[in-house]
Amino acid sequence: MVANIVLSEVEYTHIGKRPVRPDGVDKVIGRAQYGPDITLKGLLHGKVLRSPYAHARIKSIDTSQAEAYPGVRAVITAQDLPFASLSKEELGAGYQALKFASDHVLAGGKVLFKGHPVAAVAAANPHVAEEAAKLIKVEYEELPPVMSVVEAMAEGATLLHDDLYTSSLGETSQTASNVAAHARYEKGDVAQGFDEAAVVVEREFQTASVHQGYIEPHNGTAFWSADGQLDVWCSTQGAFTVRSSLANVLRHPVSKIKVTPMEMGGGFGGKISIYLEPLAALLSKKSGQPVKLVMNRVEVFEASGPASGSWMKVKMGATTDGKLTACQAELALDAGAYPGSPAMSAAMCAFACYDYPNGLLDAYDVVVNKPKTQAYRAPGSPQAAYAVESVVDELCEKLGIDPVEFRLRNASKEGTRRIEGPVYRRIGLVECLEAARSHDHYQTAVDFQPNGKLRGRGVASGFWFNRGFVSSCNLTVNPDGTVSVVMGSVDLCGTRASIAQQTAEALGIAYEDIKPSIADTDSIGYTFITGGSRTTFATGLATINASQDIKQRMVERAAAIWEAPVEDVEYVDGVIQHKSDSELRMTFKELAGRTLTTGGSITAQCNIDPPGEGNSFAVHVVDVEVDQDTGKVDILRYTAIQDCGKAVHPSYVEGQMQGGAAQGIGWALNEEYFFNGQGQMTNSSFLDYRMPISLDLPMIDTVIVEVANPGHPYGVRGVGETPIVPPLAAIANAVYQATGVRMQSLPITPGKVLDALWSQNGS
Amino acid sequence: MEHYSLKINGHVYETGAEPFESLLDVLREKLRLTGSKKGCDEGECGSCTVLLDGKPVLSCILMVSDVRDREVLTVEGLPQGGEPHPIQVEMTERGGIQCGYCTPGIIMSAYALLQENPRPSEDEIRFAIAGNICRCTGYSKIVEALQAAAGTPIR
Repeated sequence: MVANIVLSEVEYTHIGKRPVRPDGVDKVIGRAQYGPDITLKGLLHGKVLRSPYAHARIKSIDTSQAEAYPGVRAVITAQDLPFASLSKEELGAGYQALKFASDHVLAGGKVLFKGHPVAAVAAANPHVAEEAAKLIKVEYEELPPVMSVVEAMAEGATLLHDDLYTSSLGETSQTASNVAAHARYEKGDVAQGFDEAAVVVEREFQTASVHQGYIEPHNGTAFWSADGQLDVWCSTQGAFTVRSSLANVLRHPVSKIKVTPMEMGGGFGGKISIYLEPLAALLSKKSGQPVKLVMNRVEVFEASGPASGSWMKVKMGATTDGKLTACQAELALDAGAYPGSPAMSAAMCAFACYDYPNGLLDAYDVVVNKPKTQAYRAPGSPQAAYAVESVVDELCEKLGIDPVEFRLRNASKEGTRRIEGPVYRRIGLVECLEAARSHDHYQTAVDFQPNGKLRGRGVASGFWFNRGFVSSCNLTVNPDGTVSVVMGSVDLCGTRASIAQQTAEALGIAYEDIKPSIADTDSIGYTFITGGSRTTFATGLATINASQDIKQRMVERAAAIWEAPVEDVEYVDGVIQHKSDSELRMTFKELAGRTLTTGGSITAQCNIDPPGEGNSFAVHVVDVEVDQDTGKVDILRYTAIQDCGKAVHPSYVEGQMQGGAAQGIGWALNEEYFFNGQGQMTNSSFLDYRMPISLDLPMIDTVIVEVANPGHPYGVRGVGETPIVPPLAAIANAVYQATGVRMQSLPITPGKVLDALWSQNGS
Repeated sequence: MEHYSLKINGHVYETGAEPFESLLDVLREKLRLTGSKKGCDEGECGSCTVLLDGKPVLSCILMVSDVRDREVLTVEGLPQGGEPHPIQVEMTERGGIQCGYCTPGIIMSAYALLQENPRPSEDEIRFAIAGNICRCTGYSKIVEALQAAAGTPIR
């Protein structure tokens, strides 16, 4: 294993260490309470009736038999949503947004994907609810499903929404369309750039819908009290997002909604949207009792997630000495049933690793008859990188330049302007590429063995923004000298630890003396989701800033006790002392013990929307083996290299890099929604939707490259998104080296590999 | 509804349940032993793994009527004298947990392995947890944690 590359020069006491996470023991002894673990007095259980069709008009719904079924306490349909009784005039400009949000929760006029909720039942137990849901009679008029962006964008395509118009470059189309939005980013003159190129490569790519694949199913429990107070417990990446989404579709004030985030069994971007929470709320309102809903695995696949399927065309040109002259791409990402695919994010990420003079990007957000797509780790960036990094690999081959060397010659660095405007501050792409080039993995030739199997190596790079957004922390000094850190950020996989480490560093006290906890929406300031690799950075800044206030207040308190001027007292490494009188000195614990009798608790809070994001880059190297007889691709060796800024907890950073790489490997090789001719998913189980298991993966090597982010006092950038970006292309490039075939559609299944090998052999 | 007397983690639990109810549902809903997790409810993800007479089983596809007079061990039963089992300790100390949802199942599969084979190879560890899907870690740090718990060299 290669040592991590530490380029930041500051030595920290707590940052960069590997303490045990505060929630660790709870999670190994079965004590941690996840969303599905909750129970309440008088709890009812709900079941959702879902559409069997991918695209159909609802002609009628008859709930009478279900309502009469013994044990049933409430039945709801779209008619129970406030939207059903609001007019277009009342809603004005907000009409379409509320229509889409409400229809997504419970279908109104049309169902737009198989699994679309149509009605829900609450009953004394889950079995009764399930039986009763089957008694709801829905009459449908089937419509042809539109399953791919190519189909959806074609002339004369069946429309999902007759009132959706394309917003394109500031204009709105005159006729309805499946294209919700078209964005363009441009710099220089691509036509001239391609004229100057010695080599131009242009290729098309497609990727299938993939699911985030969290093991914990979606869940939601709600209690709507007679006084209008709505309490909700759920597994979410953002309790405040759930609150505002509920307030929107239920037309209920946020002040009357309290959301308590439970421990969460994986999200990866897929646990931001509301699904079951509004249904539980409405069922509770109707029944007067708390109601809990939990999806089964089929529902998770068919009605939550997935990440966008895509169609992409990329064209790049370079000079004989390997300098890029022009980069052009069209990226169409499917949004599922309602607008909102990450097409624009894909476009911004596509060429973010490169410094090039001329560029043109067109991005399309396209609706299709699939579940509404959700974020999935660096949304849009993996698809774009798959296309771009495959084309870069081909350019390298045509030019006879080593793929790491080519990327170094064109790498983005401090001062490079991204096509959408921002100029990079200090970034670490060059350092990552250099680390890749000198790594033992890259220095060791691919081990070709005479076993009839083909081997190859692939390289790819990737980018993510790591933007900050809003975070809040409340700190309280306890009488025993510990500090409670209450935060709005949900802990997906180490947030308590990374925030505690930053607090301990800022205060100069022991890590074990920091008590982090996650609050409900009534108990902390607004905090954006845990996602986008923002939390360690932004919530970290919130606790660091609040810690500075704590230190100041500790100094003020000591000065008051000593009857000394505040400016004569200082805070040094967890000790409060008089600057000139060495007799006057208290440790943090000593002063904390006196707070209650000298004026009361010392607390501080910080609400922040920080600038100073630290963009992150990764370079992955992979060796694969392709079985010529079966077409199966095995991963032999994998190395993930990433500039994470200062790694607060290196073990957890490595874990993010390994986990992201593993998801990318699944995306590249196995994972895919299969749809039949009617647009119905046919592989909605873990058996048939094949995610990597322990036997599919080697030990994934990691190299953390620490180029400190100048926008954070400890140099933190964020880590979780970027590692899923390079694997798709890295593996496709490795398969090319092994077989001589460019894989232009994902996943690279054994069938596709065999087809490619056979057509190459002409047999 | 029938009456069941179940031996779980060395204690006897008395509960009413329908014979067709899964052991997992009885553990979670009737006995409030929610450490065993439901990820798929169809025997594919491994989050519900418990030991039945010392062998790892998927409690979501096992009917409660099939576990009469047999010993059930869940993740809540591993700590001894209030101290977590070495597998549990190594999982927390070596980054073997991220979201923690597959963790109880992984720990039970690993415990069963180490009972039979105290010094397993990396391949044997990977094989033992092949029925436990983890979406967060890519398995590397889980394997390392289990190697540490077994006292075998880590890579």
